[in-house]
Amino acid sequence: MKDSKFIPEGVERCPFPRFITWLGFLGLILLIGIIAAIKILWRGLGVTGLNNYFGFGLWITFDLAVIALGAGAFFSGFLRYILRIDELKNIINLAVIIGFLCYSGAMMILALDIGQPARAWFGYWHPNVHSMLTEVIFCITCYLMVLTIEYLPIILENRQINKSPLCKHMAHNFHVFMPLFAAVGTFLSFFHQGSLGGMYGVLFARPFVFRHGFFIWPWTFFLFILSAIAAGPMFTVLICSLIEKLTGKRLVEFRVKELMGKISGILLCIYIFFKIIDTWAWATGVLPKMGFTFDQMYNEVYGKWLLWTELGVCGVVPAIMLILPGVRKRSFLLHLAGILACVGIVINRFVFTVQSLAIPVMPFDKWHVYIPNWTEWATSIMVLAYGAIVISLSYRYLPVFPQERQLN
Amino acid sequence: MSGLMQIHHHFKVKWTMVIDIDKCTGCGACVVACEAENNIAPSPLPFNRLRSIHWLIIYKLTNGKEGAAYDEAYLPRPCMQCGNPSCASVCPVVATTKDEEGGIVSQIYPRCIGCRYCMAACPYHARVFNWFDPVWPQGMDKMITPYVSVRPRGVVEKCTFCHHRYQKAKEEARAKGKDPLKLEEGAYIPACVEICPTGALVFGDAMNPKHQVSSLIKSKYAFRLLEKLGTEPQVYYLSRRRWVREMADNHIKKQKKQEG
Repeated sequence: MKDSKFIPEGVERCPFPRFITWLGFLGLILLIGIIAAIKILWRGLGVTGLNNYFGFGLWITFDLAVIALGAGAFFSGFLRYILRIDELKNIINLAVIIGFLCYSGAMMILALDIGQPARAWFGYWHPNVHSMLTEVIFCITCYLMVLTIEYLPIILENRQINKSPLCKHMAHNFHVFMPLFAAVGTFLSFFHQGSLGGMYGVLFARPFVFRHGFFIWPWTFFLFILSAIAAGPMFTVLICSLIEKLTGKRLVEFRVKELMGKISGILLCIYIFFKIIDTWAWATGVLPKMGFTFDQMYNEVYGKWLLWTELGVCGVVPAIMLILPGVRKRSFLLHLAGILACVGIVINRFVFTVQSLAIPVMPFDKWHVYIPNWTEWATSIMVLAYGAIVISLSYRYLPVFPQERQLN
Repeated sequence: MSGLMQIHHHFKVKWTMVIDIDKCTGCGACVVACEAENNIAPSPLPFNRLRSIHWLIIYKLTNGKEGAAYDEAYLPRPCMQCGNPSCASVCPVVATTKDEEGGIVSQIYPRCIGCRYCMAACPYHARVFNWFDPVWPQGMDKMITPYVSVRPRGVVEKCTFCHHRYQKAKEEARAKGKDPLKLEEGAYIPACVEICPTGALVFGDAMNPKHQVSSLIKSKYAFRLLEKLGTEPQVYYLSRRRWVREMADNHIKKQKKQEG
């Protein structure tokens, strides 16, 4: 293989031409996304499917979803480095890479989503301390830096790079200080996961999302944290299994995945318990005070099926599945529960972002339907392609999975 | 509703608009005056309200009945300049504020990053986004109002109660040695109020008993849009027709009975 000296010792990788073909395929998807991105930056957001009613659409849903699913990075880091659950060392590298991709991908999308990307830094220069979005801007950018620092030692461990004494020592020292970065990451991530929920909960003139809460934090603040840390670990497991399927290798012991499933299951149970109480309190308390009924929040497009799917099929069901050891032990059921949990979180972020804006608040207004166009889809898929490229390169050239040699 | 992030503002001067729906014919003169005064460029999608710029729009309301019982009304909707604006507290970059005497919610175009969070927060859809570059047909650019800044693509904008006219009125008052916070009735009125042929729009300082609006807002026929949400608009409506007043807010059946 042309690149064999870069591949970690003792592991096998697919032939170089096949790898390049795979990268070429992903690159093509990336290219379509880049064309769409250039069109958007050149001609403005008028080329997207967004409008004055749906100022938030596919992109914000996508961002919120990937940030929630990327929570596996900070939460696994917290469990591994702060609570010292040693078994997680076998999957923590992947969790960090996924976290990095989710956050950097979200930043790319945000750069397209805001009307004046050149002014993005105003969040630091003219911060409004009352805005949840300010806190999101602070924490997301800072946490991306933390994730970069966490990703760096994995890159420095590449066989060739690690030959340099400087890189070797840097990698070693980064590892020594990793608990500190994990703690900083946990703090930042906790807050912005919450603020993303708080962003909606404070909208006191939007009946679908407004919530009361504790001190300055609406209940959505806590629910978004809980849902992210519940789904994040299972998303890491799903990506790990997807890589295993594509490469035909065992990379992480099933026991570790089971443990991640157990962690997700417990958190999902706590989350879904509070989410159901929150939904009930919203339907019977918040809405009537605003003059609305529960039925008014749904129509034939954004129907109640979304709520039942989110809370039931993709909430209660995976929560129960994941806390049952017998179910967790079966690979198929573990993965099915993981997929359901992740879909549930995506639906949650979707309804908070899009459905909330579709509902007519003024009695003489009407429902609107949002349909994203190709530019939004292409750029969102571009981020997925970017993620797949970085994971492919990392898997091929970096020692991401400590158990790979032992398991194959 | 009481929100966690609500900030209540109190001013000595409160510029208030009172719109008598029963006098409004829906002619649209106010919309045209607003757009000419505030340098709103012709939209590339003029028939798509969701993608074009309008600071003031007119809703047609009907009582849902047929035949002789049918009735309709027109409801012009500028920015409500809420006393408790849902938009200002959420802006991450302080590009929209409620901090000036008069209570007009500002919009600082050079600072807006175009995140559209304020649009998501506003239940009245008073905020619009510049989806396209503003382009004026040749010659029309000569009609641009010099006191109103033009806005670039990618920022949010909204009705400002023709704030430049307020500035001008205050300057004139100062020049005459008068108190700019005690403007006489009619010294400052937005373009839409000035043009309205039926006098359906009345404008003034609700805190000044000499101004007509201070008594109009106390009328038993006066109401505001979505009062239950607690946004406390500075725009009031008048209608002697009960069905019109009921359409201003959401009522569940039980509340309807109590209110009836």
